[in-house]
Amino acid sequence: MSEPLLAIDNLHVRFSRSEDEVYAVNGVSFAIGENETLGIVGESGSGKSVTLMSSIGLLRENGKITAGTAKFRGRDLLRLRPKQLEDIRGRDIGVIFQDPMTSLNPVMRIGDQIMEAMLTHHYAGRKEAFERTLQLLNEMGIPDPKSRFRNYPHEFSGGMRQRIMIAIALACEPQLLIADEPTTALDVTVQMQILALLQELRDRRGMSVVMVTHDFGVATNFCDRIIVMYGGRIMEAARTDRFLRATAHPYSLGLKRSIIEVGHKGKPIVPIPGAARTLTGEPVGCPFAERCSFATERCSAEAPALRAFAEDHEVACHHAEEVVSLAR
Amino acid sequence: MASTVAATQGSVAVRKKNRNRPFVQGWRRFSRNRLAVAGLAWVALFFIAGIIGPWVAPYDYRFGDFLAINQGPSWHHIFGTDNVGHDMFSQILFSIRSALVVAVGATLVSFVIGIVLGLWAGLTGGIADAVIMRGVDFMMTLPGFLFALILVVLLGRGYWSLILAIGIPGWAGYARLIRSLVLGMRNGEMVEAATALGASRAHIARRYMLPNVIGSMAVSLAFGIPGDLAQIAGLSIFGMGLQPPIPSFGNMLAQAGDNILGFPWLLYFPAGIFAITLLSFLFVADGLQEAFHPKGGR
Amino acid sequence: MPDNRLLEVENVSKTFRVQGKKLRAVENVSFTLEAGKTLGLVGESGSGKSTLGRLVLRLLDADQGRIVFGGKDLAKLKKNDLRALRREMQIIFQDPSASLNPRMTVGSAIEDAMAIQRIGTKESRRRRVSELLERVGLPDEVRHAYPHELSGGQLQRVGIARALSLDPKLIVCDEPVSALDVSIQVQVIQLLRDLQQEFNLTYIFISHNLAVVEYLSDEIAVLYLGEVVEQAPADELFASPKHPYTRVLLQSILKVPDRPEKRQKLVPIQGEIPSPLDPPGGCAFHPRCPFATDKCRAVKPERKRVSERHLAACHLAE
Repeated sequence: MSEPLLAIDNLHVRFSRSEDEVYAVNGVSFAIGENETLGIVGESGSGKSVTLMSSIGLLRENGKITAGTAKFRGRDLLRLRPKQLEDIRGRDIGVIFQDPMTSLNPVMRIGDQIMEAMLTHHYAGRKEAFERTLQLLNEMGIPDPKSRFRNYPHEFSGGMRQRIMIAIALACEPQLLIADEPTTALDVTVQMQILALLQELRDRRGMSVVMVTHDFGVATNFCDRIIVMYGGRIMEAARTDRFLRATAHPYSLGLKRSIIEVGHKGKPIVPIPGAARTLTGEPVGCPFAERCSFATERCSAEAPALRAFAEDHEVACHHAEEVVSLAR
Repeated sequence: MASTVAATQGSVAVRKKNRNRPFVQGWRRFSRNRLAVAGLAWVALFFIAGIIGPWVAPYDYRFGDFLAINQGPSWHHIFGTDNVGHDMFSQILFSIRSALVVAVGATLVSFVIGIVLGLWAGLTGGIADAVIMRGVDFMMTLPGFLFALILVVLLGRGYWSLILAIGIPGWAGYARLIRSLVLGMRNGEMVEAATALGASRAHIARRYMLPNVIGSMAVSLAFGIPGDLAQIAGLSIFGMGLQPPIPSFGNMLAQAGDNILGFPWLLYFPAGIFAITLLSFLFVADGLQEAFHPKGGR
Repeated sequence: MPDNRLLEVENVSKTFRVQGKKLRAVENVSFTLEAGKTLGLVGESGSGKSTLGRLVLRLLDADQGRIVFGGKDLAKLKKNDLRALRREMQIIFQDPSASLNPRMTVGSAIEDAMAIQRIGTKESRRRRVSELLERVGLPDEVRHAYPHELSGGQLQRVGIARALSLDPKLIVCDEPVSALDVSIQVQVIQLLRDLQQEFNLTYIFISHNLAVVEYLSDEIAVLYLGEVVEQAPADELFASPKHPYTRVLLQSILKVPDRPEKRQKLVPIQGEIPSPLDPPGGCAFHPRCPFATDKCRAVKPERKRVSERHLAACHLAE
């Protein structure tokens, strides 16, 4: 791969709570290159959102990055001054969030919000920014852009608001789009619309996209590569087609097996026993060991490293080979 | 069946059966704020002084010793004396009582009026709500102090008159608060769930709504007392509060103001004690706020 | 043949007044539900499925129509009779933490449910709480926990235990797993299924997740803007959907492909869900329907019987 667009290396993030600390991210490394779409999949508590958000400097107040780098085109975002980081974020990196209602400014006209993105990053002058805003609204499928420019966020539906947020994120033509659960709060038909839009934009602009989602269906149909996270660590990372052909981690396999899909009526579905725990201490061994049916003593003692399992397929599991042979 | 039972895990920290848990947690959150704890200590002292003060005071507040006028702090008079020979320490002790009686009384009056109107507005809705809310808006735009002043003129200057004069105009904040709390719960899922179980409205009000508003109400009361303390002091400074010979902070401050150059202790001690008391109540209120509504996680 | 119809809903409508405007939440819905069966209600925002669930329990009053539960017309019941009847029809919410009293321990919440319905004594209620917690797969210590100390999955089990404590016949499940992680969803779904078999419960299962609804339901009703656009036994609905909206819904489900070649094309539907404040005339779906004709724009379609138990409200359905 040529120089990756975004390369995260050995990231560790912790949150302080009143009585203890939460070890949210425990050594995550991955990279995304040009024209790639990466999906980061996991459940709540897996650390997927924290990983992505902290790498671009959007970490909550009580969180701290205790180790690692996040290099965008070679520059470590975590070591930049706030102003420099803001320049990159918004201009070279676009971000869309889960809930457009809380991410959009409720007292500012949406057209102005899109223009502001361009003006603050000196991407265009006022006149040009205005024209581009209308173009963007059109591109996003918002009908009647000229008059809707003057509307406020609450005058739009959820799907429309998400489109507006995408417009803001893409205003300065970033090379990388980061999406944190962009369709989770939307109706399923709206989700399809937004995903189709993102796909179209991605293809047309040659953007890279990193999408955080808990929905396997979304990730496997939309992304070229998949990373599965659990307990603040990467469990499996692979190109999607490899992942679909041979799932090598017990957690990924368990997740796949536990998704209820159309046509499963009457068939037994095997849930993953137990529930995810919040890690309040330095993790020892594999975080999934306590729920894993393949686990041995070694698993609780020694955390498996993310190793190459096959071409373009990495797994963090001592028993990956067993998992794959069993799945067949 | 086995899969369901096996899947029970999850992080339930096993704890001893402790009925007082929320209280313990609340106290812990409160005590993390040192100012609040210090404030609580002072407030407790204040209340004790208010109750036993007159019996403990070294001198009777009514009589001045003409042989000892305008004396600075000394062993006989630790806070000094004023121009009539009153012992300042005793005066202050009694003022604590008078201030407390009026401030707490007034706060309770405001509270009761506010609760009644706020509940009526929140639970009934419609016209009652609209009228009461306009009333709230009106009261909040007027300076309460002015209102109180007018009522003092009308009602006189005894204890009860002052309690009413300060208390009556103060209902708006409490009304608005409880109304919004009730509105927030009325259509919420908790009430819906209780209704679905077949609970009567009384049961819902008592076991579901009330416990959830007590915290906010307590905090609001805690902030109300210092506000009313300031009001009574203010009234007294203008000479519209408790009349002499009843000592009050306001009177002392007013008199001291005339004499500050010559006899500064007449100002420092009353003002200092008053300020510390006011601040202490505020710190306690702040601590209560944190105890009931923790800001950052648990 | 014995009539074991537990619930009959006839031509029920509900309109809300929002700032002077009329919001059409449920429009002319009818269905019957037999004891021991599950009816799935599927729809997106504005479909009225949640409102319908609450109408069935008379947590909201219908403006028109009749709801008959166990032979009793809900609208005609007096307050006390209604409260007693509530014992037989319960509800589980999407967000269990919102439906539980934050100042009550979970054990007290379940005991309170029984106390409200005057079931048993303090002692027997306490024992029953232990039984119930065990049945839903929670350790007994949980009874002393406050809602904020438990996870979403645990709270949902508590909600189920509370509903069960009254020994109901019908349970309305309003998006019970939507707020839970995938791996926990399955656990809760299985619990619901097991409980249904064990106690012969009747469910109304409301969800926007078609796959989950199909898994649990015997019959499914698809709602759009307050109307039932299609209704059929679960397998028939998925095998041959007759209403264009149902087809769109099915297409919008993204399955994890078995093989890379089977990755789905992203095919979006056009347009937006209209606001329930201003629903389209004629067939509510016509502005977005690829097959819309003039008739569709003008005339509201009736529910056509496509097969024995399959109804579709579409002029073009056969």
